[in-house]
Amino acid sequence: MTTITLAVLVPLLPFLGAAAGLLLGRTAPGFVRPLAVLPPLASLVLAALVAAREGGDAAVDAHTELTPTGSVPIELALHIDGFAALVAVLVAFVAACVQIYSTGYLRDDPRYPSYAALVSLFTSAMLLVVYSGDLIVLLVGWEVMGICSYFLVGHYWETPEARAASLKAFLVTKLGDVPFLIGLFALGAEAGSFRITRVLDAVASGGIDHPTVIALLLLAGVAGKSAQFPLHTWLPDAMAGPTPVSALIHAATMVAAGVYFTARLLPLFEASRAAMVVLAVMAAVTMAGSGLAALAQDDIKRVLAYSTIGQLGYMTGALAVGDRGAAVFHLLSHGAFKALLFLAAGVVIHAAGTNSLAAMSRMHGLRDRIPDAYWTMTVALLALAAIPPFSGFFSKESVLGAAEHVTSGHTGHAPGAAGWIVLVAGLFTAVLTAAYATRLWLLAFRGRGAEAPDHGRQPLTMTVVLWVLAVPSLAFGGLAYRALPGWFDGRDLTPTLLTSVLGTGLALVGGLLTYGAWQRTAALAARVPLGAVAAHPEEDAGLVEAEAIASHAPAYGDIAYAPDPADPARLLLGPLHRHAAAGFHLDAVYSALFVRPVQAGASLVRFLDREVVDTYVHGAAAVPRLLGAAVRRAQTGNVQTYVSALLAGTVVLVVAVLLVATGV
Amino acid sequence: MTLAATTVAASGTPGFLSPTGVEIAFLLVGLVTLGAALVTVTTRQLVHAALWLVVALGGLAVEYLLLTAEFIAWVQVLIYVGSVVVLLLFGLMLTKAPIGRSPDADSGNRWAALTVAVAAAVALVWVVVDAFRATWIDLDGPAAGTTEVTGASLFRHWVLPFEALSVLLLAALVGAIVLSRKARADAGPAAPGKEGAR
Amino acid sequence: MHLAYPAVLSALLFCTGLYGVLARRNAILVLMSVELMLNAVNLNLVAFDVWLSRAAKETLHSGQALTLFTIAIAAAEIGIGLAIVLAVHRNRGTSDIDKLRDTAEGPDAAGPGTEGPGTPAAGKAEATA
Repeated sequence: MTTITLAVLVPLLPFLGAAAGLLLGRTAPGFVRPLAVLPPLASLVLAALVAAREGGDAAVDAHTELTPTGSVPIELALHIDGFAALVAVLVAFVAACVQIYSTGYLRDDPRYPSYAALVSLFTSAMLLVVYSGDLIVLLVGWEVMGICSYFLVGHYWETPEARAASLKAFLVTKLGDVPFLIGLFALGAEAGSFRITRVLDAVASGGIDHPTVIALLLLAGVAGKSAQFPLHTWLPDAMAGPTPVSALIHAATMVAAGVYFTARLLPLFEASRAAMVVLAVMAAVTMAGSGLAALAQDDIKRVLAYSTIGQLGYMTGALAVGDRGAAVFHLLSHGAFKALLFLAAGVVIHAAGTNSLAAMSRMHGLRDRIPDAYWTMTVALLALAAIPPFSGFFSKESVLGAAEHVTSGHTGHAPGAAGWIVLVAGLFTAVLTAAYATRLWLLAFRGRGAEAPDHGRQPLTMTVVLWVLAVPSLAFGGLAYRALPGWFDGRDLTPTLLTSVLGTGLALVGGLLTYGAWQRTAALAARVPLGAVAAHPEEDAGLVEAEAIASHAPAYGDIAYAPDPADPARLLLGPLHRHAAAGFHLDAVYSALFVRPVQAGASLVRFLDREVVDTYVHGAAAVPRLLGAAVRRAQTGNVQTYVSALLAGTVVLVVAVLLVATGV
Repeated sequence: MTLAATTVAASGTPGFLSPTGVEIAFLLVGLVTLGAALVTVTTRQLVHAALWLVVALGGLAVEYLLLTAEFIAWVQVLIYVGSVVVLLLFGLMLTKAPIGRSPDADSGNRWAALTVAVAAAVALVWVVVDAFRATWIDLDGPAAGTTEVTGASLFRHWVLPFEALSVLLLAALVGAIVLSRKARADAGPAAPGKEGAR
Repeated sequence: MHLAYPAVLSALLFCTGLYGVLARRNAILVLMSVELMLNAVNLNLVAFDVWLSRAAKETLHSGQALTLFTIAIAAAEIGIGLAIVLAVHRNRGTSDIDKLRDTAEGPDAAGPGTEGPGTPAAGKAEATA
């Protein structure tokens, strides 16, 4: 088989798996699990083959015209360069892990068939985005991901949180997608083609007249999909979905799509210095804000969600300084360790029976119950905090190194201001990242108090996946930083000494500060009992998680917050803690800016419809009704009246005829 | 009237103001007939209405005689006065019509009816007078409606309709019997319930 | 004799009968009025027949023959009509025409005389009202 055939099969197999799963889900339950697991595995093998054949050499291009449009043609095009090949491997890898994990996690879920099919469809859409060489085909995958995320986040649609979260995820990403679509059309119109290669050629030859406008429009879509400030608010709420879905969305698919798209079209963004500065500011605000918010969250999954936003901020920061190699490098390593973090968090939630860190910190011996999750999560948290030699260290240092390189101002492709912004924010976020990673680890695994409840052994499918993911989290960065430049733009990804020392030092400072704060506050935990635990030893993990999410707001007063004085973040953040827990009230701002005006408009329209329009309708009905009443009054049923009217009419007619005939 | 007089004078026929004896008799009997008919449709006593109808029909029979239609006149007396009115009286009795003045003999429709009737009368009289004010019937010579003449024309020219009419009468007879019988058959079993309901 | 005399008398009689048909409440009185109208027509027929048999030498005597037929048909009509009135009287307990209002919509139709066969129709009319 040629490379192109293999590449076409990569997105096609999960799609067929999804179609078959949806069709056979009810009639043949025995096929559901193979149909869920095998297509991503096959895609993984094929994507690895494609990557091996491509090997970082010249990009593989193939295209066939999809439909004649009359103006700008839409083509079914493949464009596989080193970025696409490697990101596809990551997507297929994470998707396969998630599918295997889900067979254990949602073992008894009645909606597992549709869930697995949607995950496959999601994977397929992301692979389409990765491989597509045409912007419109890319948009198809982009939007399919949006609708799949809506369904998957709303998997537990019985709970109002999940319904609200799925709607929010859909609407917020659509808020970015509308300018994105306009930007794509503008780009296609100016470049004369939707093919990415032609667009980039047009950029290189200066054929784009309005790069700033187009870049900013596209940035809105990227911000929506990749959860960048100010469109990031859907991501923490999307934690209402099952944990494997969170892992898929956060590690490899949905959020990675925005970064990947920007990386592909980076020359377009580089053509506009304003867009690069906006990108840098967006990245900086996202990084710093999400780090503070992550430190204050009580829900373990929300901590990870905000950390995802922060890590995506690193990636967009790398793009803002014009180094897409660093961005995709961080995307790959982050994909591995973030998937591991989420999947491990799923195990922790199942074992603890709660998603609240405050409740976990009052539990003794959780790490002995789930040693696999404990060790793998430690690895992943070290990677997240960028402690050498874990993979996160290398990728994050490459980002910081690229930013530091730009600050000197000797580079033409990125403004020096962007470099300073990204560097300072990145270093500040390094402290925060280490702090919240340490806090998560301490609260989850070093709790003191009653014995953790026994939920039995975790399924083998779940624990094995954790160890599989732990390998790249541990070693990918160190092994890959020398080989990757050959796949990418060729720019060196080796950590520079200055940023490495600075970054690691700051990370250590953050970790130690948190440890110190925890030492002081942990004693308080025993005094304030807190927590609610959902215990279902016989049931699967998904049910426990759904109950834990549903009971968080009633038990602690808020979905993201717990009144826990033993939280070290309280000491570290001080008065900022309350605002950080609420995500700096951005939801309230959105509610004031969008939700309330829309609701007011809706009630106005409702008033107009009920009171004004209906008045006309009723008025229009009243006249015929009155006429009808009058006519009905004539229908007395009295035959004599009828005959009288008949004869009167006859007389009138006869007289009229006579008058006409006699010519009077 | 002057117009009519001049027309009459021009055509050489006798005018309205110089009636013959037959015309005077016709007018007087006609007035009686019309009066009896008016009483028939306005009286509050139902049985009196039937009796005034006899007067009106009898008056009409006299008018036929004056128009030299003898046979029709006798048939009129026989059938109308002899059988139809008797049938109507039977009908009144069978429907338990009140003897004496009944206050609700006329329906609420009477003013509309009066309007329509007066309008129709005005229109018809106007048309008839306008059309036939100068037409003269010559009643001299052999009578136009003796039994001999009528019988000859009836059995010479009108035999087939006459026979068909007999079939119609038979059908009406059968129909009347069926209506009465059916009603009685229905009334039998349903009567107690209806009586209770009433 | 002037033809106008019988013609005008006939017209007046006809309109008298018309008034009776429209204004009388009792069905039998209505039948009497119908008889009056028929007789008015008969008078017309006879008068014109006499006039035509003189003026136009018409020998068929169609007017008088038609009068005889009308009388016969009137006799048949009165028989059938009385049978119907009797049947209605037996079923409804009344022979008043303005109480037979089953064709009307609304509660007006549910008078005291509307039991029996008319009740389902009246009930339906009320249901649709």
